[in-house]
Amino acid sequence: MRHVFLSFLLMVLAGPAAANADVYQFESQQEEQRFQDLTSELRCPKCQNQNIADSNAPISKDMRAEVYRMMSDGASDQEIVDALVARFGEFVRYKPEVDQRTILLWATPAVAVLGGLLVVAGVVIRSRRNAGKEEPMSAEEKARAEKILAELEQNRNA
Amino acid sequence: MRRFLLFLPLLIALVLGVVLFAGIGKDPTKLESALVGKPVPTFALQDLHDSQQQLDESLFKGKVQLLNVWGTWCPACRDEHDDLIWLAREKGVSIIGLNYKDTRTEALAWLERLGDPYSASIYDPKGTLGFDLGVYGAPETFVIDAAGVVRYRHVGVVDQNVWKDVLLPVINEARGNG
Repeated sequence: MRHVFLSFLLMVLAGPAAANADVYQFESQQEEQRFQDLTSELRCPKCQNQNIADSNAPISKDMRAEVYRMMSDGASDQEIVDALVARFGEFVRYKPEVDQRTILLWATPAVAVLGGLLVVAGVVIRSRRNAGKEEPMSAEEKARAEKILAELEQNRNA
Repeated sequence: MRRFLLFLPLLIALVLGVVLFAGIGKDPTKLESALVGKPVPTFALQDLHDSQQQLDESLFKGKVQLLNVWGTWCPACRDEHDDLIWLAREKGVSIIGLNYKDTRTEALAWLERLGDPYSASIYDPKGTLGFDLGVYGAPETFVIDAAGVVRYRHVGVVDQNVWKDVLLPVINEARGNG
């Protein structure tokens, strides 16, 4: 029984490790980090909601190999991303370039925040304006209020 | 003003509805090729039938052709094979085969057994030309015009309907301009 459990545990633990089996050698920690950053912001065209760092698809493997090859040849991040976009299209970027087609996408958060601020400002201004306009109590109301307060006072003392 | 604000949610719902409805039925796995309007990448690969023979991008000059990416490991390629033969034999379409990430023996045995629709076959065991073409899943079929420029890329199986509705119009346009 324990053996079964142990082998099951081994299987579960080995799964993620085997998912990304290719091994690359890097000259420094920074280079390795650069590779991780690049592959995590490039999107796999086959398995569309994964980046190429996580994906197991053969195409992602090829793309990782190309990123590594270009890095070894001294290419800049921009050059590497451009080379892959030239083959697979803008689709492979999780962060698309700001241009006419993507401006709406980039602007939406700012527009939403601005809209929210406008609504809040509107509410505040309106409540302030109303607060200024409020009518003071009439003599009749004042007399009634005083009577109620006096009754309360009496009740408390009683 | 206040009355207009009451209708705002309805307006937002309508706009969202129209936008989202437009997206229904679109297949997000079919991407437009980044190579449309660009020439076929340069390459130097062996002929599938003859390892002594080198093929390059000049193969795509002179007439409108299809470039079909396939492999014996790809089940959908088997599905479209008979239609490719139909295209080549009945419709007289010149199809260039790109044997992608495959082995020569298996590929040749497949063509021997099922028939060979290709006017030429490029052997790309490592997938280098496939990578430069942005191939992300076989089968893929490219329309290449007489100048060797990519006009269209179809991802998935080619059948008689795809030919009639999708590929033929692109080919006719390419022929008109070329």
